[in-house]
Amino acid sequence: MSSFHNPDADVNRFRFRLGIASLVVLLAFGLLLGRFVWLQVLQHDFYRTRAEDNRIALIPIVPNRGVITDRNGVVLARNYSAFTLEITPSQAGNLEETIDALAEVIDIQPKDRKRFKRLMDEAKNFESIPIRTRLTDAEVAQFAAQRYRFPGVEVKARLFRQYPLGAVGSHAIGYIGRITDRDLKWIEESEQQANYKGTDHIGKTGLEQHYEFELHGQTGYEEVEIDAGGRALRSLKRIPPVSGNNLQLTLDARLQEITEQAFGDRKGALVAIDPATGGILALVSNPTYDPNLFVDGITPDNWKELNEHPSKPMVNRAINGAYPPGSTFKPFMALAALEIGKRTPNQAISDPGYFNFGNHQFRDDKKGGHGSVDMYKSIVHSCDTYYYMLANDMGIDNIARFMGQLGLGQRTGVDLGKDDSGESKGVLPSPEWKKQRFKKPEQQKWYSGETISIGIGQGYNAYTPIQLASATATLANNGVMFRPHLVNQIVDARTGEKRPVEPQPIRDLKLKPQNVDVIRRAMVGVNKEGTGTRAFAGAPYEAAGKTGTAQVFSLKGADYKAHAIKKELRDHALFIAYAPADKPRIALAVLVENGGFGAQSAAPIARMVLDYYLLGKLPGGAAKEDEAAVEDDNEE
Amino acid sequence: MIDVVGTLKRGARELIAHIDFPLLLITLAIMAVGLATVHSATFGGNERMLSQAGNMGVALVIMWFVSRLPPQKLMSFAIPLYVVGLLLLVAVFLFGIKVNGAKRWLSLGFTRIQPSEIMKIAMPLMLAWYFHKYEATLRARHFIVAALLLLVPFALIAKQPDLGTALLVGGAGFFVIFFAGLPWKVMLGLGAAGAAAAPLLWNMLHDYQRKRIMTLIDPTTDPLGAGYHIIQATIAIGSGGPFGKGYLNGTQTHLEFIPEKHTDFIFAVYSEEWGLLGNGLLVFLYTLLIGRGLMIAAAAPTKFSRLLAGAITLGFFTYAFINMGMVSGILPVVGVPLPFMSYGGTALVTLFLGIGILMSIQTHRMLVKK
Repeated sequence: MSSFHNPDADVNRFRFRLGIASLVVLLAFGLLLGRFVWLQVLQHDFYRTRAEDNRIALIPIVPNRGVITDRNGVVLARNYSAFTLEITPSQAGNLEETIDALAEVIDIQPKDRKRFKRLMDEAKNFESIPIRTRLTDAEVAQFAAQRYRFPGVEVKARLFRQYPLGAVGSHAIGYIGRITDRDLKWIEESEQQANYKGTDHIGKTGLEQHYEFELHGQTGYEEVEIDAGGRALRSLKRIPPVSGNNLQLTLDARLQEITEQAFGDRKGALVAIDPATGGILALVSNPTYDPNLFVDGITPDNWKELNEHPSKPMVNRAINGAYPPGSTFKPFMALAALEIGKRTPNQAISDPGYFNFGNHQFRDDKKGGHGSVDMYKSIVHSCDTYYYMLANDMGIDNIARFMGQLGLGQRTGVDLGKDDSGESKGVLPSPEWKKQRFKKPEQQKWYSGETISIGIGQGYNAYTPIQLASATATLANNGVMFRPHLVNQIVDARTGEKRPVEPQPIRDLKLKPQNVDVIRRAMVGVNKEGTGTRAFAGAPYEAAGKTGTAQVFSLKGADYKAHAIKKELRDHALFIAYAPADKPRIALAVLVENGGFGAQSAAPIARMVLDYYLLGKLPGGAAKEDEAAVEDDNEE
Repeated sequence: MIDVVGTLKRGARELIAHIDFPLLLITLAIMAVGLATVHSATFGGNERMLSQAGNMGVALVIMWFVSRLPPQKLMSFAIPLYVVGLLLLVAVFLFGIKVNGAKRWLSLGFTRIQPSEIMKIAMPLMLAWYFHKYEATLRARHFIVAALLLLVPFALIAKQPDLGTALLVGGAGFFVIFFAGLPWKVMLGLGAAGAAAAPLLWNMLHDYQRKRIMTLIDPTTDPLGAGYHIIQATIAIGSGGPFGKGYLNGTQTHLEFIPEKHTDFIFAVYSEEWGLLGNGLLVFLYTLLIGRGLMIAAAAPTKFSRLLAGAITLGFFTYAFINMGMVSGILPVVGVPLPFMSYGGTALVTLFLGIGILMSIQTHRMLVKK
């Protein structure tokens, strides 16, 4: 700076600096305007969305789950509205104290507390969790009067799932339960996340799981304007939910119930199918369980009891149990032989009571053999030697190809559970199967001796009851095969529009009618003069059938004496049947675990089922075991 | 009769003799916008708007009164006001009341005062007086003394801590020194030294101040804490778009997403409802205000009035720029209200003291020249 004072220069310098300052001001304001253009023009859409997101909360409205009815309209699964007392933990302060105080107003049992604790561990903390379900009107009123004392506690009206018939058909219907992490993954994979906002239950097994996305419905929502504190100010828009579709089953609830009763306390399974459609009329796995236990979240005690019970009530034996078919395999073997020309119906063999292959002797159950045996006799009297020879003549590849076409050893695709994960494949033995099944090279090789016992339904053979039922139904329907299914049609809850699930057959085996007729006559013979005679004595209709016994316990040459063996080690009893033989309306497969001979415990159940379905005849409880049949040495 | 009319006319003329109408009209325009925005920000109750209108009335009277004081008179206030202000700041430092972790207030028993507010006027007044006094014999040491006069109150205010006010007070003082002819070399040197000292300064900042700077760089790091204000204000401005959502229709405002919406963040409210168009208008009004102030400074007859007018005008600019900058997310959040818009009596009074001083300088020009 100058040490000489010059006022004019001073003023000029001041004005110059004012100019600089003006420039800075303009630049700074220019910068601000640039920022405004960026935010309000270039980024406007982004921020407009953000502001909308801020302002609007979507409150989901959970739709009514679809109702499940049987073929006659009997309700198997429905919803009912009930009041629950719920606590939102994040708003309730000390939970223990809150629950203690609540217990003075409303009855709260230790099991309620336990369930609450368990649900809380699973839930996100902003959710409200039920402490009591199914409040009575009086309880609702009692709580309402005291409400002010309990912040974060409220009474909510919720829809509950109810299975009016209890344990009847539980393996078919399945049940719903609270959504777990695994279910969430399923929902995500199905891209249903948006539709499941607010939903806290999902199908866990059976039809409830298979048709989850049909039953669930479309979640509605309410657009609510909220302030920064999350308080709802007013409703902007309400999109009502669309109820889930109803399922109308092919299942006959009465038949199902009668069948379950026929089993009594025996373990086993029965699948009955309408051969003309593939519709399942009854699907029994005994013992059953009460699906209502799962709706509110099953208690650990109940769960433990069901899960650890030696009779395994939670296992669906009809689709998950794989059993050797035993002699029920023989009609299919005979049909295969006719179809590929390995036998004619009248071609007879001489049965000495055994079949030698290499240095191994395959024995027939009847000592001394059946003498001269043609195809008819081989089925009626269940001659093993006939089928040892036949299997040897046909070879494993022919057997596997034909049985594969019938659907044996393959998942039927029945509409139960998620995907086909709930259904077992069973085992259709073949050299290829062995190669995949075993690791060691010496085990992978197929030995032709192994083919022999395949012929009588033993060996590696293992099929589920539903596979046997489906194969029987296909036989009854002259080779036209349907996918077995439980749902006849899906009914739109709003429009009433009906959508059939399985109107078309999946396969036509193109069987020769005369061949089918041979088998039919032989199977009718089983019930008239063969192993099923006692069970079907006096039946006013003609039923085609075949008994079977599946070995559980290898006797290694010793005689099988049922009375000498512990019940758990007794053979499984099987029976397949269809009736009326000339115009089949029902085909079925029965399995009784450790039931001994097929004629002893499986055939009587089949008789009850057919009597009810064809004649409307009501049995009085469980089918009796036919002790006399044990002595009947005609079988096997 | 004629006499009465003449007397009335003369009286009226005398009443408005020291009013600078361009300045008055511009500030009235901004205040009208401000009042409308306060109404929107506090919709549902009129107390705030009415109280702000009352504040405006008081402030206008003070402006009128100050505008009538000749600059020589203003000069005589320089030392007493500065000394009183400084003593009060020391008193705050010693006995101040702590509110929200900051010691800014002094209790007088019946009311509380914020002495740093006085410094907004006392500082430029003092420094302008100082440079005016040594106009003829200006030496480097005078700049050093001026810097000390600036730094002591600045440090006291920054220590409270009140970074916003400290910046405004420091800015006002700096503008005086700048206009007084602080050599460019020194400024460059100070700038370089400041840049070098930045890490040191960073360490001296309070945690919350550091956090504000950090959240400015990336508000999303703390969306529910310190970043919340910035994010919500930015959403308000951006969602306003080119033409705004319309008066009283700002969702961010009316659903309580904007914090401090009638005070420091009032610009977000205005911007949401009036959009880019409204922002342009407001920036234009501020530009007019500053332009008029700088014109008055350019025409001012004495060194004192030149420096004072220039510093006060740039003070308005600093207020406006820092506030709009922080609300739109390009400057850290410091407690600076938007001049003539934000609700608050104290700030308004201080602002109109400044306007009054500008008017006094403008309208007493001729008298001084005579």
